[in-house]
Amino acid sequence: MKNPVDDGRRDARNIVRKNDLVLFGGLLLVGIVLFAAVNFAKTGGAQVDVHYDGAVVASYPLDTDREVDLTYNGHNLLKIEKGRATVIDADCPELLCTKQRAISKEGESIVCLPHKLVITVSGGKPNDVDGVLQ
Amino acid sequence: MTTNKISRFALMVVLAMILSYLETLIPLPFFVPGMKLGLANIITMIALYKMGVPDAATISLTRIVLSTALFGNFIGLAYSIAGGVLSLALMVCLKRIGRFSLTGVGIAGGVGHNLAQIGVAIVLLRTDGLIYYLPVLLITGTVTGYLTGTFGGLILKKLDKIPFV
Repeated sequence: MKNPVDDGRRDARNIVRKNDLVLFGGLLLVGIVLFAAVNFAKTGGAQVDVHYDGAVVASYPLDTDREVDLTYNGHNLLKIEKGRATVIDADCPELLCTKQRAISKEGESIVCLPHKLVITVSGGKPNDVDGVLQ
Repeated sequence: MTTNKISRFALMVVLAMILSYLETLIPLPFFVPGMKLGLANIITMIALYKMGVPDAATISLTRIVLSTALFGNFIGLAYSIAGGVLSLALMVCLKRIGRFSLTGVGIAGGVGHNLAQIGVAIVLLRTDGLIYYLPVLLITGTVTGYLTGTFGGLILKKLDKIPFV
Protein backbone atom coordinates (compact mmCIF):
# COMPACT_ATOMS: atom_id res chain seq x y z
CA MET A 1 0.00 0.00 0.00
CA LYS A 2 1.49 3.28 -1.09
CA ASN A 3 1.07 5.98 1.47
CA PRO A 4 0.08 9.35 0.00
CA VAL A 5 2.06 11.37 2.55
CA ASP A 6 5.19 9.35 2.03
CA ASP A 7 7.76 11.65 0.54
CA GLY A 8 9.45 8.84 -1.33
CA ARG A 9 12.75 9.14 0.49
CA ARG A 10 12.54 5.90 2.36
CA ASP A 11 16.23 5.17 2.26
CA ALA A 12 16.95 8.61 3.67
CA ARG A 13 15.12 7.90 6.89
CA ASN A 14 17.42 5.56 8.67
CA ILE A 15 20.72 6.72 7.30
CA VAL A 16 22.42 9.48 9.20
CA ARG A 17 23.29 11.91 6.43
CA LYS A 18 26.11 14.39 6.21
CA ASN A 19 23.62 17.23 6.67
CA ASP A 20 22.42 15.68 9.92
CA LEU A 21 25.97 15.53 11.23
CA VAL A 22 26.59 19.15 10.20
CA LEU A 23 23.42 20.18 12.04
CA PHE A 24 24.39 18.09 15.06
CA GLY A 25 27.95 19.40 15.19
CA GLY A 26 26.90 22.98 14.52
CA LEU A 27 24.29 23.13 17.27
CA LEU A 28 26.57 21.32 19.70
CA LEU A 29 29.35 23.78 18.96
CA VAL A 30 27.06 26.78 19.44
CA GLY A 31 25.85 25.26 22.71
CA ILE A 32 29.37 24.61 23.99
CA VAL A 33 30.60 28.07 23.01
CA LEU A 34 27.61 29.72 24.71
CA PHE A 35 28.08 27.50 27.76
CA ALA A 36 31.75 28.41 27.99
CA ALA A 37 31.01 32.11 27.49
CA VAL A 38 28.32 32.14 30.16
CA ASN A 39 30.38 30.18 32.68
CA PHE A 40 33.59 32.04 32.00
CA ALA A 41 31.88 35.33 32.67
CA LYS A 42 30.40 34.11 35.93
CA THR A 43 31.79 35.39 39.16
CA GLY A 44 31.12 34.21 42.66
CA GLY A 45 27.90 35.58 43.97
CA ALA A 46 27.27 37.12 47.35
CA GLN A 47 23.67 36.23 48.04
CA VAL A 48 20.71 34.19 46.90
CA ASP A 49 17.47 35.90 45.95
CA VAL A 50 14.20 34.07 46.21
CA HIS A 51 11.81 35.01 43.39
CA TYR A 52 8.18 34.14 43.75
CA ASP A 53 5.79 34.96 40.93
CA GLY A 54 8.27 37.36 39.36
CA ALA A 55 9.26 39.39 42.42
CA VAL A 56 12.16 39.02 44.85
CA VAL A 57 10.58 38.08 48.15
CA ALA A 58 13.66 37.22 50.20
CA SER A 59 17.46 37.33 50.09
CA TYR A 60 20.05 35.44 52.10
CA PRO A 61 23.83 35.94 52.12
CA LEU A 62 25.83 32.95 50.90
CA ASP A 63 28.52 33.31 53.55
CA THR A 64 26.24 32.29 56.41
CA ASP A 65 25.29 28.62 56.69
CA ARG A 66 21.60 28.10 57.29
CA GLU A 67 18.48 26.19 56.40
CA VAL A 68 15.34 28.11 55.50
CA ASP A 69 11.87 26.76 54.93
CA LEU A 70 10.51 28.78 52.01
CA THR A 71 6.75 28.76 52.15
CA TYR A 72 5.26 30.20 48.97
CA ASN A 73 2.64 28.12 47.25
CA GLY A 74 4.23 25.11 48.99
CA HIS A 75 7.36 24.25 50.94
CA ASN A 76 10.95 24.24 49.71
CA LEU A 77 13.78 23.71 52.15
CA LEU A 78 16.73 25.88 51.13
CA LYS A 79 20.13 24.99 52.50
CA ILE A 80 23.10 27.33 52.39
CA GLU A 81 26.41 25.74 53.25
CA LYS A 82 30.00 26.72 52.48
CA GLY A 83 28.88 29.42 50.07
CA ARG A 84 26.62 27.15 48.03
CA ALA A 85 22.86 26.95 48.01
CA THR A 86 20.72 23.87 47.31
CA VAL A 87 17.12 22.87 47.80
CA ILE A 88 17.26 19.73 49.93
CA ASP A 89 13.57 19.02 50.34
CA ALA A 90 10.19 20.11 49.02
CA ASP A 91 6.59 19.02 49.00
CA CYS A 92 6.13 19.11 45.22
CA PRO A 93 5.38 15.80 43.46
CA GLU A 94 8.52 15.35 41.37
CA LEU A 95 11.19 16.94 43.59
CA LEU A 96 13.04 18.19 40.53
CA CYS A 97 14.28 21.21 42.47
CA THR A 98 16.28 18.93 44.75
CA LYS A 99 18.01 17.33 41.75
CA GLN A 100 19.42 20.58 40.43
CA ARG A 101 23.03 21.56 40.95
CA ALA A 102 24.10 23.57 43.98
CA ILE A 103 24.40 27.22 43.00
CA SER A 104 27.11 29.65 44.03
CA LYS A 105 27.91 31.84 41.03
CA GLU A 106 26.16 34.94 39.81
CA GLY A 107 23.22 34.16 37.53
CA GLU A 108 22.89 30.50 38.49
CA SER A 109 19.45 29.41 39.56
CA ILE A 110 17.30 26.65 40.93
CA VAL A 111 13.75 26.43 39.63
CA CYS A 112 10.67 24.89 41.21
CA LEU A 113 7.96 25.08 38.56
CA PRO A 114 4.99 23.82 40.60
CA HIS A 115 5.62 26.43 43.28
CA LYS A 116 6.54 29.22 40.83
CA LEU A 117 9.75 29.61 42.79
CA VAL A 118 13.12 30.61 41.39
CA ILE A 119 16.23 30.96 43.53
CA THR A 120 19.04 32.91 41.88
CA VAL A 121 22.50 34.00 42.93
CA SER A 122 23.23 37.70 42.64
CA GLY A 123 26.53 39.45 43.03
CA GLY A 124 25.44 42.46 44.99
CA LYS A 125 26.69 43.01 48.46
CA PRO A 126 24.74 41.03 51.01
CA ASN A 127 22.08 43.12 52.60
CA ASP A 128 22.86 44.55 55.98
CA VAL A 129 19.61 43.10 57.19
CA ASP A 130 20.74 39.55 57.70
CA GLY A 131 17.71 37.67 56.56
CA VAL A 132 14.28 37.95 55.14
CA LEU A 133 13.07 41.00 53.28
CA GLN A 134 9.41 40.23 53.10
CA MET B 1 -13.14 8.70 10.39
CA THR B 2 -12.89 5.10 9.52
CA THR B 3 -12.49 2.44 12.19
CA ASN B 4 -9.05 1.80 10.79
CA LYS B 5 -8.05 5.41 11.31
CA ILE B 6 -9.45 5.57 14.83
CA SER B 7 -7.55 2.43 15.77
CA ARG B 8 -4.36 3.80 14.31
CA PHE B 9 -4.77 7.05 16.24
CA ALA B 10 -5.44 5.23 19.49
CA LEU B 11 -2.46 2.95 19.00
CA MET B 12 -0.11 5.86 18.37
CA VAL B 13 -1.42 7.88 21.33
CA VAL B 14 -1.12 4.92 23.68
CA LEU B 15 2.41 4.12 22.52
CA ALA B 16 3.42 7.74 23.04
CA MET B 17 1.86 7.75 26.51
CA ILE B 18 3.73 4.62 27.49
CA LEU B 19 6.98 6.19 26.34
CA SER B 20 6.16 9.36 28.29
CA TYR B 21 5.63 7.27 31.38
CA LEU B 22 8.71 5.09 30.86
CA GLU B 23 10.76 8.23 30.57
CA THR B 24 9.79 9.31 34.09
CA LEU B 25 11.25 6.02 35.40
CA ILE B 26 14.68 6.62 33.87
CA PRO B 27 16.93 8.33 36.38
CA LEU B 28 18.97 11.18 34.94
CA PRO B 29 22.47 11.97 36.20
CA PHE B 30 21.59 15.64 36.55
CA PHE B 31 18.59 17.77 35.98
CA VAL B 32 18.21 21.07 34.19
CA PRO B 33 14.73 22.63 34.05
CA GLY B 34 13.20 21.96 30.66
CA MET B 35 15.41 18.99 29.93
CA LYS B 36 13.72 15.87 28.62
CA LEU B 37 14.71 12.67 26.89
CA GLY B 38 11.80 13.04 24.48
CA LEU B 39 11.02 9.37 23.88
CA ALA B 40 7.40 10.19 23.03
CA ASN B 41 8.66 12.32 20.17
CA ILE B 42 9.64 9.11 18.38
CA ILE B 43 5.91 8.46 17.94
CA THR B 44 5.25 12.01 16.74
CA MET B 45 8.01 11.59 14.14
CA ILE B 46 6.62 8.28 12.93
CA ALA B 47 3.15 9.85 12.68
CA LEU B 48 4.65 12.79 10.78
CA TYR B 49 6.16 10.51 8.15
CA LYS B 50 3.42 7.90 8.04
CA MET B 51 0.25 9.92 8.54
CA GLY B 52 1.03 13.57 7.79
CA VAL B 53 1.22 16.86 9.68
CA PRO B 54 -2.41 17.26 10.93
CA ASP B 55 -2.50 13.70 12.28
CA ALA B 56 0.93 14.04 13.92
CA ALA B 57 -0.22 17.27 15.59
CA THR B 58 -3.43 15.67 16.84
CA ILE B 59 -1.59 12.64 18.22
CA SER B 60 1.04 14.79 19.90
CA LEU B 61 -1.53 17.10 21.52
CA THR B 62 -3.74 14.21 22.67
CA ARG B 63 -0.74 12.49 24.20
CA ILE B 64 0.36 15.65 26.00
CA VAL B 65 -3.08 16.32 27.50
CA LEU B 66 -3.66 12.71 28.57
CA SER B 67 -0.14 12.20 29.96
CA THR B 68 -0.39 15.43 31.91
CA ALA B 69 -3.74 14.38 33.36
CA LEU B 70 -2.42 10.96 34.34
CA PHE B 71 1.22 11.41 35.31
CA GLY B 72 1.86 15.15 35.58
CA ASN B 73 0.46 18.30 37.03
CA PHE B 74 -1.48 20.92 35.18
CA ILE B 75 1.09 23.63 35.78
CA GLY B 76 3.26 21.69 33.39
CA LEU B 77 0.65 21.69 30.64
CA ALA B 78 1.56 25.11 29.21
CA TYR B 79 5.21 24.02 29.06
CA SER B 80 4.41 20.71 27.41
CA ILE B 81 2.07 22.20 24.81
CA ALA B 82 4.56 24.94 23.91
CA GLY B 83 7.28 22.30 23.66
CA GLY B 84 5.10 20.07 21.49
CA VAL B 85 4.07 22.88 19.13
CA LEU B 86 7.53 24.38 18.56
CA SER B 87 9.16 20.98 18.24
CA LEU B 88 6.61 19.81 15.66
CA ALA B 89 6.87 23.11 13.74
CA LEU B 90 10.65 22.82 13.46
CA MET B 91 10.44 19.13 12.55
CA VAL B 92 7.97 19.88 9.74
CA CYS B 93 10.32 22.61 8.46
CA LEU B 94 13.30 20.28 8.37
CA LYS B 95 11.30 17.50 6.77
CA ARG B 96 10.07 19.92 4.07
CA ILE B 97 13.63 21.06 3.34
CA GLY B 98 14.23 17.43 2.47
CA ARG B 99 17.97 17.40 3.02
CA PHE B 100 17.90 15.74 6.40
CA SER B 101 17.11 12.23 7.53
CA LEU B 102 15.06 11.52 10.62
CA THR B 103 18.17 12.18 12.69
CA GLY B 104 18.16 15.84 11.68
CA VAL B 105 14.41 16.06 12.13
CA GLY B 106 14.81 14.59 15.62
CA ILE B 107 17.46 17.17 16.49
CA ALA B 108 15.07 19.94 15.41
CA GLY B 109 12.41 18.39 17.63
CA GLY B 110 14.66 18.13 20.66
CA VAL B 111 16.02 21.64 20.34
CA GLY B 112 12.55 23.06 19.60
CA HIS B 113 11.10 21.43 22.69
CA ASN B 114 13.82 22.78 24.95
CA LEU B 115 13.73 26.31 23.49
CA ALA B 116 9.98 26.46 24.06
CA GLN B 117 10.39 25.27 27.65
CA ILE B 118 12.84 28.00 28.53
CA GLY B 119 10.74 30.60 26.68
CA VAL B 120 7.59 29.72 28.60
CA ALA B 121 9.50 29.62 31.89
CA ILE B 122 10.88 33.13 31.32
CA VAL B 123 7.38 34.44 30.56
CA LEU B 124 5.48 32.61 33.29
CA LEU B 125 8.05 32.97 36.07
CA ARG B 126 9.00 36.47 34.91
CA THR B 127 12.66 35.76 35.57
CA ASP B 128 15.00 36.75 32.72
CA GLY B 129 17.91 35.04 34.44
CA LEU B 130 16.61 31.66 33.28
CA ILE B 131 18.20 32.43 29.90
CA TYR B 132 21.36 31.06 31.53
CA TYR B 133 19.93 27.60 30.96
CA LEU B 134 19.86 28.13 27.20
CA PRO B 135 23.35 26.70 26.40
CA VAL B 136 22.80 23.54 28.42
CA LEU B 137 19.33 23.04 26.96
CA LEU B 138 20.68 23.55 23.44
CA ILE B 139 23.29 20.84 24.04
CA THR B 140 20.94 18.33 25.69
CA GLY B 141 18.22 18.95 23.06
CA THR B 142 20.70 18.30 20.26
CA VAL B 143 21.98 15.08 21.82
CA THR B 144 18.61 13.62 22.82
CA GLY B 145 17.15 14.65 19.45
CA TYR B 146 19.97 12.90 17.62
CA LEU B 147 19.30 9.70 19.55
CA THR B 148 15.49 9.71 19.29
CA GLY B 149 15.62 10.76 15.62
CA THR B 150 18.02 8.00 14.65
CA PHE B 151 15.98 5.48 16.62
CA GLY B 152 12.80 6.71 14.94
CA GLY B 153 14.48 6.25 11.56
CA LEU B 154 15.30 2.64 12.37
CA ILE B 155 11.70 1.98 13.40
CA LEU B 156 10.33 3.60 10.24
CA LYS B 157 12.55 1.42 8.12
CA LYS B 158 11.03 -1.65 9.78
CA LEU B 159 7.51 -0.26 9.47
CA ASP B 160 7.97 0.28 5.75
CA LYS B 161 8.23 -3.47 5.35
CA ILE B 162 4.86 -4.19 6.94
CA PRO B 163 1.52 -2.82 5.74
CA PHE B 164 0.96 -0.99 9.02
CA VAL B 165 -0.49 2.21 7.69
